[in-house]
Amino acid sequence: MNREDFTILRDSNMVYFDNGATTLKPDSVRDAILKYYNEYTSNIHRGDYENSLKVSGLYEDTRRLVKDFIGAGHSSEIVFTKGTTESLNMIAFGYFRNHLKKGDEILITEMEHASNVLPWFVLSEEIGVVVKYIPLNKNNEVSIDNLESVITNRTKVVSLAHMTNVIGDVRDIKKIARVCHNHDILFVVDAAQSVAHEYINVTDMDVDFLAFSGHKMYGPTGIGVLYGKFDLLKEMKPLNYGGGMNAIFNKDGYIELKDVPDRLEAGTPNIEGVLGLSECIRYINKIGLEKIRNYERSLKDYLIDKLKKLDFIKIYNKTNKGSIVAFNIEGVFSQDTAIYLDKYKICVRAGNHCAKMTKDIFDVANTVRVSLSFYNTKEEIDLLINVLKNSKNIWEEIL
Amino acid sequence: MDNDMKRAIILDNYSNPKNRGIPDSDGYIKINSNNQSCIDNIDIYVKLKEDKIEDIKFEGEACVIAISSTSILSNMLVGKSIDEAKEIIKNYFNMIEEGEYDKDMLGEANVYEDMYKQPSRKTCATLFIRGINKILDNEKE
Ligand SMILES: Cc1ncc(COP(=O)(O)O)c(C=O)c1O
Repeated sequence: MNREDFTILRDSNMVYFDNGATTLKPDSVRDAILKYYNEYTSNIHRGDYENSLKVSGLYEDTRRLVKDFIGAGHSSEIVFTKGTTESLNMIAFGYFRNHLKKGDEILITEMEHASNVLPWFVLSEEIGVVVKYIPLNKNNEVSIDNLESVITNRTKVVSLAHMTNVIGDVRDIKKIARVCHNHDILFVVDAAQSVAHEYINVTDMDVDFLAFSGHKMYGPTGIGVLYGKFDLLKEMKPLNYGGGMNAIFNKDGYIELKDVPDRLEAGTPNIEGVLGLSECIRYINKIGLEKIRNYERSLKDYLIDKLKKLDFIKIYNKTNKGSIVAFNIEGVFSQDTAIYLDKYKICVRAGNHCAKMTKDIFDVANTVRVSLSFYNTKEEIDLLINVLKNSKNIWEEIL
Repeated sequence: MDNDMKRAIILDNYSNPKNRGIPDSDGYIKINSNNQSCIDNIDIYVKLKEDKIEDIKFEGEACVIAISSTSILSNMLVGKSIDEAKEIIKNYFNMIEEGEYDKDMLGEANVYEDMYKQPSRKTCATLFIRGINKILDNEKE
């Protein structure tokens, strides 16, 4: 649905199945960015002239829009970042580096994205915290029992993707948060994959920190969000110092910082990114997440049904809920399949999807990933299935 | 060599790669070779005796070009002296990079003579030799 909103879809016959990597951008997002450059380029929070005041207003309006979009209590709990990766690094190094001590335990899974693994590894090197893994059940999902089985009285952080980018399983954030808080554990949620596909309400779910990127939700690259409960953000140490975040500084080295969230946004921010983000949230709201989710789930079921009928295809996630399907053609390396599909202008991702520990979970490290969006269609899936059916020819085509 | 012939050789080496498997005895030097931009990833095991390559094994997941070229090249290098091996490797590199090379020295590896036309697959075709080169360079020092 809504394909007409995207120039890139109108102008080409490409089949875009790599929405987990980044989504396409509707014209309205592009236009919002252009408008900033064509009509009111200016810096924020600095000028006393009309354009600067206008852009400062739009910038802060976006904070409120994000707040409502994820159900936060207050817009000062919304920090603009470069993306999920930066948000997660700020959480690890700005907050937890100063709040954890040697021997404290952090729980993640082997299915997490590198950006939710490596910061914890580095923290472990730096201050001696211990990274442990929640065992996955037979569908490679996190169950409450498995989570509880690895919590000890040293567990201080649980950090999980809402939806993984490997098999697209959707974790029960609200239930997990309850378990965490019963044990005085802080819960970090990586919402990079879920934010454009699943409903999020940080207040109802009661998450402590949340991270996501604009570019996976039909917005621009280089912009993302860090949500933190106000009392936690207040305790976060900025990783960057400079303009826009200090209230006073003196010759003798005395610095007084502005309040949250400004103190966490040093320097001129990604203004076009924020304005683009604002537009993509409006765009998603206009279609409605409920409708998006139902449509994507029906597409995914359709794809799984069709794939199941091909006996030379191995599917790695038949039962997970999200909008991602991971598979391989028997005897063909995932990258070769991707190169073959590209001959038919079908864009998929091959590889380990930045989750390099999955080798220990599946029998292979690398899969072909189809990640769906609302603009995909059954016809596109039929084309994929047809091309796969003809994949006996794969070597003639790619060698 | 025509394309059908090349394809047949590549596929044969992909489906039944030579020297695949983890060695079951000691005395091998191990190195990992991977492509940072794509996802090929193999472990290479080399057994040297005096100045000679006595055996090569490899294991890992990689694409058709990476696996087949590892099979073909490892087979060519077993039994060669380190200097001979380095000469073959140099010629192979040159072929992939469109430099001057001695076709006769490369045997079956000539199936990759057109690989320069697909820049994105050059790294696949050189996965093995980049790894083994490191081992041989270390031996020379
Ligand atoms: C689950 C997950 N977490 C984090 C990220 C990192 O997002 P970004 O590269 O936008 O910072 C990704 C992106 O691939 C992801 O899929």
